[in-house]
Amino acid sequence: MTIGLNEFLVVSGLLFTIGFFGLLIRRNTLVLFMCLEIMLNGVNVALVAFSQFNGTMDGNLMVFFIITVAAAEVAVGLAIIVALFRKRKTVYVQELNVLKN
Amino acid sequence: MVDFLFYLFALITTLGAGAVVLSRNPVNAAMLLIVSFMGTASLFVMLGAYFLAAVQVAVYAGAVIVLFLFIIMLLNVDVAERSRPSYVTLAAGLIAGILMILGTLELFERGENFTLITLQELDSIGASTQSFGVELFTTYMLPFQMAGILLLIAMLGVIFISKRGKEAGKKGP
Repeated sequence: MTIGLNEFLVVSGLLFTIGFFGLLIRRNTLVLFMCLEIMLNGVNVALVAFSQFNGTMDGNLMVFFIITVAAAEVAVGLAIIVALFRKRKTVYVQELNVLKN
Repeated sequence: MVDFLFYLFALITTLGAGAVVLSRNPVNAAMLLIVSFMGTASLFVMLGAYFLAAVQVAVYAGAVIVLFLFIIMLLNVDVAERSRPSYVTLAAGLIAGILMILGTLELFERGENFTLITLQELDSIGASTQSFGVELFTTYMLPFQMAGILLLIAMLGVIFISKRGKEAGKKGP
């Protein structure tokens, strides 16, 4: 069996699914961020595969911008987590329930 | 040989990601995330996107993971998670995951016309650093500059958030 576009798309879908599953079942906000990164990685794999098999550079450029935005997002998100930890002394989502009731 | 390498890298990537989700210790999760990112970079190399593979290793496996480890060790939270997810959440996640995997596997049934080219006969589109630069400064000039502004705003936001937190802490009891 030879490797075509489908195999890359399956890997991409698997990565996205794993990240999504982790996002649903984990409670630690830091690990939730890691799961978000896994999901972005899955999308990146799909975009690069499409780009290379299509013969255009556009997907590659989009992955470049996604990596930029993801780096900025991680910086801001971790700053928010640190600020939240200063106030509430926890990183677990089940204890961050100020807006409840 | 190419097939074997592809399956090896795909296995490393997905198993690393799965171990991140299942590991109880955040530090272990961050380390396993490096494995997953390296696997993704290898997949990029297989596809011929060498520049993106280098960026992936430098930005993700380097900078982002170091940031994660910094924060994990700075906060010094309890090693393990205390509560397990509820059965409803677990069932919902499993069902959603199975549906998504089935959706991707459906490609093998319906997507025969995608398999016209294989990886071995894929001719290089020249995803070199030079063509990246040319594309960035011609077609993608506006998004490129917007990315710069976005990074600036993110930097300002991070400084603002961390300063605000300190002041609020001082004012409080």
